[in-house]
Amino acid sequence: MAKSHIKMTVNGKEVEALAEARTLLIHFLREDLKITGPHIGCDTSHCGACTVEIDGKSVKSCTVFVAQANGANITTVEGLVNADGSLSVIQEMFREHHGLQCGFCTPGMITRVHRLLLENPTPTDEEIRFGIAGNLCRCTGYQNIVKAVRASAEILNTTQEAAE
Amino acid sequence: MNDLTPTPEDRIANLKGMGSSRKRVEDVRFTQGRGNYVDDIKLDDMLFGDFVRSPYAHARVLSVNKDAALALPGVIAVLTAQDLEPLGLHWMPTLAGDKQMVLADGKVLFQGQEVAFVVAENRYIAADAIQLVEVEYEELPVVMDPFKAMDDDAPTLREDIAGKMEGAHGPRKHNNHIFTWEVGDRDATEAVIDSADVVVEEMIHYHRTHPCPLETCGCVASMDAVTGKLTLWGTFQAPHAVRTIASLISGIAEHNIRVISPDIGGGFGNKVGVYPGYICSIVASIVTGKPVKWVENRMDNLMATAFARDYWMQGKIAATKDGKITGLWCHTLADHGGFDACADPTKFPAGFMSICTGSYDIPVAYLCVDGVYTNKAPGGVAYRCSFRVTEAIYFIERMIEILAAKLGMDAAEIRRVNFIKKEQFPYNSALGWEYDSGDYHTAWDKALKSVGYDKLRVEQAQQLADFNAGKTRKLMGIGLTHFTEIVGAGPVKNCDILGLGMFDSCEIRIHPTGSAIARLGTISQGQGHATTFAQILASEIGIPADDITIEEGDTDTAPYGLGTYGSRSTPVAGAATAMAARKIRAKAQMIAAYLLEVHDDDVEFDIDRFVVKGAPERFKTMKELAFAAYNQAIPGLEPGLEAVSYYDPPNMTYPFGAYICVLDINVDTGEVDIRSFYALDDCGTRINPMIIEGQVHGGLTEALAIALGQELAYDDMGNVTTATLMDFFIPTAVETPVYTTDHTVTPSPHHPIGAKGVGESPNVGGVPCFSNAVHDAFRSFGLTQTHMPHDHWRIWKTANDLGLHR
Repeated sequence: MAKSHIKMTVNGKEVEALAEARTLLIHFLREDLKITGPHIGCDTSHCGACTVEIDGKSVKSCTVFVAQANGANITTVEGLVNADGSLSVIQEMFREHHGLQCGFCTPGMITRVHRLLLENPTPTDEEIRFGIAGNLCRCTGYQNIVKAVRASAEILNTTQEAAE
Repeated sequence: MNDLTPTPEDRIANLKGMGSSRKRVEDVRFTQGRGNYVDDIKLDDMLFGDFVRSPYAHARVLSVNKDAALALPGVIAVLTAQDLEPLGLHWMPTLAGDKQMVLADGKVLFQGQEVAFVVAENRYIAADAIQLVEVEYEELPVVMDPFKAMDDDAPTLREDIAGKMEGAHGPRKHNNHIFTWEVGDRDATEAVIDSADVVVEEMIHYHRTHPCPLETCGCVASMDAVTGKLTLWGTFQAPHAVRTIASLISGIAEHNIRVISPDIGGGFGNKVGVYPGYICSIVASIVTGKPVKWVENRMDNLMATAFARDYWMQGKIAATKDGKITGLWCHTLADHGGFDACADPTKFPAGFMSICTGSYDIPVAYLCVDGVYTNKAPGGVAYRCSFRVTEAIYFIERMIEILAAKLGMDAAEIRRVNFIKKEQFPYNSALGWEYDSGDYHTAWDKALKSVGYDKLRVEQAQQLADFNAGKTRKLMGIGLTHFTEIVGAGPVKNCDILGLGMFDSCEIRIHPTGSAIARLGTISQGQGHATTFAQILASEIGIPADDITIEEGDTDTAPYGLGTYGSRSTPVAGAATAMAARKIRAKAQMIAAYLLEVHDDDVEFDIDRFVVKGAPERFKTMKELAFAAYNQAIPGLEPGLEAVSYYDPPNMTYPFGAYICVLDINVDTGEVDIRSFYALDDCGTRINPMIIEGQVHGGLTEALAIALGQELAYDDMGNVTTATLMDFFIPTAVETPVYTTDHTVTPSPHHPIGAKGVGESPNVGGVPCFSNAVHDAFRSFGLTQTHMPHDHWRIWKTANDLGLHR
């Protein structure tokens, strides 16, 4: 099958590859680039385990062809860690508040929360719940995830204020 | 002289042992996407397998033509039953003593059944190739209604055992009958029912559903042609049992099989069984000489692997006019699908359904379960429960509510009247179980007080009056549940799976510098074993949990165990951990006595050290003792500090809890609004409160899903109508309420640390609690029973049937 020339930025690195036009972005990331943080949970864009950022938007990468993301700037959960390799505030707060159990939804969930807090830095609990409604978790019942997001927002806002 | 700082409190805190909400060690990897799940495994030259599946629920397979598929570039092989037959692998044994087709052998018995296995260079080519395999079917009449399975004119589903009237669990009454299982005293129970003040009779259905972990099932099989060693990575909740089964059915010597469960993305019982994909991947790797990966997609998972529940429970409950239960009778019809692949201990074909007397002191009871074949997928797994406990508790918790309604009694009071009393423990139930410990009245009173129960009833009465006066269209429901679980299977004398006793194990090695590694026969799927088992060890041997590595899931390194399901990790492997730790401590005591130049009996363990009795300034820390074990020639002692324990529990453990749900129902839309949910759990000794709470939140959310919508549904033709997450309900954060958790602590008297297990309690207690709340909202309108799931449509219909729509 004919292959297309793909060029994109993934977690800050330039990537060039040949891929079949029908290749899904999630498969390209996981199998060609060995970026296995994003997972496949449902194949039908309901569960959000495959959530990545494409040009500043949360996107379910199981329903995007890699060709559609040509030229895009993509961030996965691996790209959210601090430059020194330590956990980001959101990652640390998920750990602090027991916002994960089996860890399968976690990369997609954290990637979504990262964007949610940029879209709305001071969400109410209800806004958090709506903001992550595209990401299913089978283990936590979401209660501690909401707590982790709230704690992340508080820390990020405090840091922001201190910087200003 | 040693320095006595830090203080004992500081030393205890430093250990992060039992009772501390230690942060999880797993999360550093998981939060940055560094987990290693089976689909993350990528080996050189790895091939990908995928199934051709049956579109029909019951059909003869007339022919399978592979030519077009094999002609597609990148396709390596197409396996059918004919290819597996010479190896004796076209059928496989199930955990329930039945057998199951690996690939369709002449016919198919459910939609989604595996017909052929395509092996290709990648998953895209495999997906193309399965469309090119031409299968000719001849449709047969289907049996979808379990009540019609044993009709005289019902088609015979399992032709392979037609006429064989002796099954794995005794005589069969019909070609579509699997077993009859009876417990208790039928005559005495029926005599009580015949002469009782009050009897209520009801059919309680616990619908068919599916565990649906976010990660589907899958494996990678890699046969090394040079060494003859097979390595099998997979989503296995019981890796050691998988190794033994793989050896028995493949003929490969067990030492030449290494089974590895990597990180598992949720199990909930879905990953206990052995599936055709595992067998086909092993065969394909042997045939091709290359590693072969097989991973289900979500539709495969929902259609073919491991349904749960589907019990039709006909009940009779007898009582005095004061509400004291005098007898319980139950006949259950169990829909097992096309093959009996239930994952129950061998001697319990209906699992622990006989815990159906629940939390109540019922003098006499009788239970009979009939299992039947239908044209549905096999399974019947313990979905976040200990072998049919959820069905049993749903049954009794509905029956007691119906009895309360009939007697006009308060639902809280009728339970209080019937609870087993604290002084009755250990309590022998009418159906043969010995409950280890409990204090139900204390838990119940604490729960009722915490939610302000009496006030809630007043509020409910006011809202009902408002409804009747046309001021609101919402009804308030208060759901109560008191459940008793039976977990931690189990004593080898009566619990085995395929002949393997259900003990579990822990092996500990203390390193010279005082850190340690412990390996167990269990496997975490999100429960946080790497965190909590280290906490048990920290408290038992005085080495900080942060200095202890926990490893599970690699059969080449971990001691043999039966795995993680049925809330058995803490009751069984947790006990093994404590027992192995005590062997370490015993040896450390001898080393300490030698170094301190006193008799063994003159030193005692103190948090993280051994001290000379009466002289606390004379001590040796565990760190010092660890080094001494490798450094000193101690007369009469071998060097090193290691221990292993294989723990055969003397009894099951019996966690319990009191749950209360308050909700509003919009009678015009059928929508449910959960106002509050209070969950009191008593799981005995608490190892990590943070993790316990997390388990309760998650289990309650699965209970919410099951009670309010999560159904594995079929149409009359046998088509699965809920095969994607579009139709199969999983709650989002929006539908999920905020839970309030609470606890009492009644340790298990027979468990070394008194722990009972908690992971499944919220699912067992949560489902009846949500369901009771829905029923309670309609109680004053005469509703006795309406079947789950209580989705908007069914609730609307209930309201409509009761004449509540204008």
